[in-house]
Amino acid sequence: MENIKDLQKKATQLRIDVLRMIHKAKSGHTGGSLSVMDILVALYYGEINGEPIMRYDPQKPGWEDQDYMVLSKGHASPAIYSILADVGFFDKSELDYFRQVNSMLQGHPVIKTPGISMTTGSLGQGFSSAHGLALAINVDRKPNKVFAILGDGELQEGIVWETAMAAAHYNTENLIAFVDNNQLQIDGNTRTIMKVEPIVDKFESFGWRVIPVQNGHDFEELLFAIDKAFSSARKPTCIVCNTIKGKGVSFAEGKASYHGMPLSDQEMAEAIPALEKQLAELG
Amino acid sequence: MHFQLNENIATRNAFGEALAKFGGRHKNVIVLDADLSGSVKTEKFAGLYPDRHFNFGIAESNMVNSAAGMAIRGKIPFACSFAVFSTGRAWEHIRNSICYPNMNVKIVGSHAGILTGEDGATHQALEDIAIMRALPNMKVICPADAVETYLAIEEIMNDFGPTYIRLGRMGVPVIYGKDHKFRIGFGDILTYGEDVALIATGTMVSKALEAAKLLGKEGVRAMVVNISTIKPIDKDLIIDCAKKTKLVITLEDHGVIGGLGGAVAEVLSQYYPAKMRMIGMRKFGESGKPEDLYKKYKLDGEGVTEQVLEFMKEVGI
Repeated sequence: MENIKDLQKKATQLRIDVLRMIHKAKSGHTGGSLSVMDILVALYYGEINGEPIMRYDPQKPGWEDQDYMVLSKGHASPAIYSILADVGFFDKSELDYFRQVNSMLQGHPVIKTPGISMTTGSLGQGFSSAHGLALAINVDRKPNKVFAILGDGELQEGIVWETAMAAAHYNTENLIAFVDNNQLQIDGNTRTIMKVEPIVDKFESFGWRVIPVQNGHDFEELLFAIDKAFSSARKPTCIVCNTIKGKGVSFAEGKASYHGMPLSDQEMAEAIPALEKQLAELG
Repeated sequence: MHFQLNENIATRNAFGEALAKFGGRHKNVIVLDADLSGSVKTEKFAGLYPDRHFNFGIAESNMVNSAAGMAIRGKIPFACSFAVFSTGRAWEHIRNSICYPNMNVKIVGSHAGILTGEDGATHQALEDIAIMRALPNMKVICPADAVETYLAIEEIMNDFGPTYIRLGRMGVPVIYGKDHKFRIGFGDILTYGEDVALIATGTMVSKALEAAKLLGKEGVRAMVVNISTIKPIDKDLIIDCAKKTKLVITLEDHGVIGGLGGAVAEVLSQYYPAKMRMIGMRKFGESGKPEDLYKKYKLDGEGVTEQVLEFMKEVGI
């Protein structure tokens, strides 16, 4: 999709899927799934100059020429599950079994689920795995790209900076990281819990090219940043996106309390019609 | 392979040679270091195949976790450091990014046990077998000498799945000839005897052989068994040892909790309850010459003999 409105519609529809999935499971991470949604939609549905941003094919598991997305903030699994179902990696009915016993859709992503590149959820580890994956691709001199998506709270993990150092040292140009900078973590505001700012300066000083995105929910800005990240820099790229936790559900926006909470029946009755209304307005 | 019988060679050296030899043939092998390529003996591979060698600097977590990422593309990464760091520092990365997704990553831990010597307790891994063994999908291999190490590395490269390889710093006598067959999951009876079974792993296998000779002079007939695969353990062989002797004694340069002793106890207590004792470490190590430490902690031939005789008296044989 190159049309911004189409991407917006897709993201709105997927937000509804996410809320329903978490509500049905009565468990799951609402806030971070909603804040990262637009970044994921840009990657999986976005196009630049008629070319898809990410190369993937649900019909070809283990496709050698695919690009990879590693969701290092694995707790946002509902967001990626809703996309993988939508693009055809598995049937949409699987979403009803999210977090249930015997389900393919674990609380945090596992590699055996179709479309999932790597088991993640222990924060910081997906970033390091993505880095190793990018190095292995470089050993074979292949052009595949690796996208890693981190939360801002996740940047508190030490391994993130070991990885940042190594990726710059080895000029892993094919590694593109996104920081879903929603400024909240479970216990509250990242500024008060453990300050991670200035994120841009930190990555730059580690030798990365950093592209700040003022509004991580604006597809025009996201696509522009990704296009820029695709130009050669001989270094890894980090796209720092300012986002809103709980984006799309007015009463949950910017609230840490919705980090790991499903919406109640009453809240669903308010949130879903609001999103449906948005969808109708987008035409 | 040029190792001569009884020659003193460190298993880490044999590892370095095997890695260079078989890693040349296996184009998917990638070697990862954390600033210890000289000590862990990966430098030969690094010199021959620089495109497949990565030094991560002093950052074991990222080294081990990046290895997991490489395995996504079908690579066979060997992540190498001192055992304390490659297993201990990186444990949760091994758990969540290697064992849980069952990635084909090989963790190499050299400088295991008090045999490490002068560096002291911070660098002497005594819990690595326990913490690796506890992880589902993980195999644990601790070769007894240079020949077995060499053969094990070839076997491990052909095998699939997470594997921990435990190596020592100092030379140990070569006990096997070139015709030795190493198979993952199988132990090996080295000498027969019906009084006690000395079930040993790694560097303690040659000490068990020494002790068996000394015990012979005391009229004690000892069976010596090499358990180089601690997981999956050779259950049938261990039960057989217990059936054919009066007392089973495990020997390891490792803590007695959760290591070889623990693994053997798990087998016997469930399937063939037998009299059993453990020889190993019961506290942190310290600095000293390796041979002095083995003497102090009764892990040399004489110390083992003394402990075996005491245990025999204790259980009344």
